[in-house]
Amino acid sequence: MVALDDLVPISDYEWEIPRSHRADMRVPVRLFATRRMLEDVMRDKSLEQAVNAATLPGLVGHVVVMPDMHQGYGFPIGGVAATLLPDGVISPGGIGYDINCGVRLLGSQIGLEVAQPWLDDLANALNYFCPSGVGEKGSLQVSDAELEAVCRQGSRWALKQGFASEADLRRTEESGNVEGADPGKVSKRARERGRPQLGSLGAGNHFIEIDLVEQLFDRQAASVMGLGEGTLAVQIHCGSRGFGHQICTDYVEEFQGAVAHYGIQLPDRELVCAPLSSPEGQGYLAAMRCAANYAFANRQILAHNARKAFEQVLAGKVRDPYLHQVYDICHNMGKIETHAINGQQLKVCVHRKGATRAFGPGNPELPEEYRPIGQPVLVPGSMGTASWVLVGTEGSMERSFGSSCHGSGRLMSRHQAKRIVRGEKLRQDLEAQGIHIRARSMAGLAEEAPQAYKDVDQVVETVVGAGIARKVARLHPLAVIKG
Amino acid sequence: MKADFGFREHAHTADCELEVWAPHLPGLLEQAARGMYAIAGVQLAAGLSQQRLLDLQAADAEGLLVRFLTELLWLQQEENLGFDQFSIQVDGSYHLHASLAGGEMLKFGKEIKAVTYHNLAVRVTPRGLRVNIVFDV
Repeated sequence: MVALDDLVPISDYEWEIPRSHRADMRVPVRLFATRRMLEDVMRDKSLEQAVNAATLPGLVGHVVVMPDMHQGYGFPIGGVAATLLPDGVISPGGIGYDINCGVRLLGSQIGLEVAQPWLDDLANALNYFCPSGVGEKGSLQVSDAELEAVCRQGSRWALKQGFASEADLRRTEESGNVEGADPGKVSKRARERGRPQLGSLGAGNHFIEIDLVEQLFDRQAASVMGLGEGTLAVQIHCGSRGFGHQICTDYVEEFQGAVAHYGIQLPDRELVCAPLSSPEGQGYLAAMRCAANYAFANRQILAHNARKAFEQVLAGKVRDPYLHQVYDICHNMGKIETHAINGQQLKVCVHRKGATRAFGPGNPELPEEYRPIGQPVLVPGSMGTASWVLVGTEGSMERSFGSSCHGSGRLMSRHQAKRIVRGEKLRQDLEAQGIHIRARSMAGLAEEAPQAYKDVDQVVETVVGAGIARKVARLHPLAVIKG
Repeated sequence: MKADFGFREHAHTADCELEVWAPHLPGLLEQAARGMYAIAGVQLAAGLSQQRLLDLQAADAEGLLVRFLTELLWLQQEENLGFDQFSIQVDGSYHLHASLAGGEMLKFGKEIKAVTYHNLAVRVTPRGLRVNIVFDV
């Protein structure tokens, strides 16, 4: 158990659980939170899970936990951990089942006053063009050979099929195409699950949302991103669907044996891992990258379909209905990156589970136009609340392995949310606030009620206060399509 | 007094946690399956019964539980099948042989992404076996 007394304050926004807290910790845990937020943090087991994560072999620096943290399985959601190459471990549970779950933000030149009469039609069109819901198939089904191409090429495959532009790829993390993917490391089952689901949103907390760019905090950065106050934007939140779930399932199973083989002691079997240099570690990394590329292609196809929806509804009504790409980020990923740790440049595998890469200005990994301002960090809210566009900072590079928060973070269990919120009433309330809702399931809608989440504004104030991100724009929801 | 077998859902911030109990391992597997279907909101269609045989091997009880439930999820997602009749045998080396009967699903309300190993431990109690399973949803 972690108690408030175990937390050592570093600043108003940062706390440490020292290594001395538990004998098996290899590094300390650092969490970003205000004192006020700690009460919520203590309500679940997220910090205990962070301490467990701090026992993984080969960790460097500290395990980082973001203010949107909440209890997950194995790692907490909002966790970041870096293991040293070549013999530090990679843990599939530290990345999650929905590999490369992420967010894409599209901007526009469409003013709200022009689009207002068509918002309902836009919600209908997005709902029609972007398949969503439990078990729903995607907008296209691919052959095994095409799936292998998706695994290797990600968004570049989508570009060849006419679903993307070069600008889309440039403004996607890893250019939408992680190198080192090997479909030979992906099981037959994962392939069978992946083939019919490309171009689908899924269910749970995944969504497509039309937003209003409500307020700008950094006009120069917003201008570089093409975000104008009073214009519409679209967020797409989804991942690698059953393809990624199956890959993670397969490797968590395989790694149960690997930990015994490599003599690794763990406090939780969901943290199973293998040295990055081992055949098992390399196999997972190659398969995980297939799922990462699948997810990039998936969001790209959904973005293409969102553009079709806007074109169909707004052509002839607005000057330019095109949705341009602002950025596409991953928040469940394992990446090989170089970071300065204790004065040394070290090559590490950064596990981000419910945390967004947030590289600061000048990073050569960023597209040229974003190098002066830092990487866009997309922080979606929860249907009825704001979402945020931030940028990474020098501080995020120094203190959180170039990472920041990924959302508002759940506060309430799904069970509890359904007990206190009726889906139909919530839909009516949101509609009364001018937020158009399309949802396949009213129970699913209730589980995702804004009350079930933390205050996203507080989460953002915390990462900004801690210096690991900077505000660019605040978005207000206008229409939400839920799976 | 609780029945000797059953399941109940516990609050979990992001995912779903199911507590399952039964006098023996085959019963625990059956209750876990029923609990998972309850979480997913599975409703089976009336009419033609579908049958499947499963043959699974694991290193321990927890591994068998995960493999068994993962297999059912696979049949749910790929063949739209759910089961309500279970005949399960497990030998001392965690080799499972099961005959399942059920049918096509009319609907299910929640997507279960995976069965996790998070803090998974089958506990021996005076009244049998007990386990808490966390599902990624």
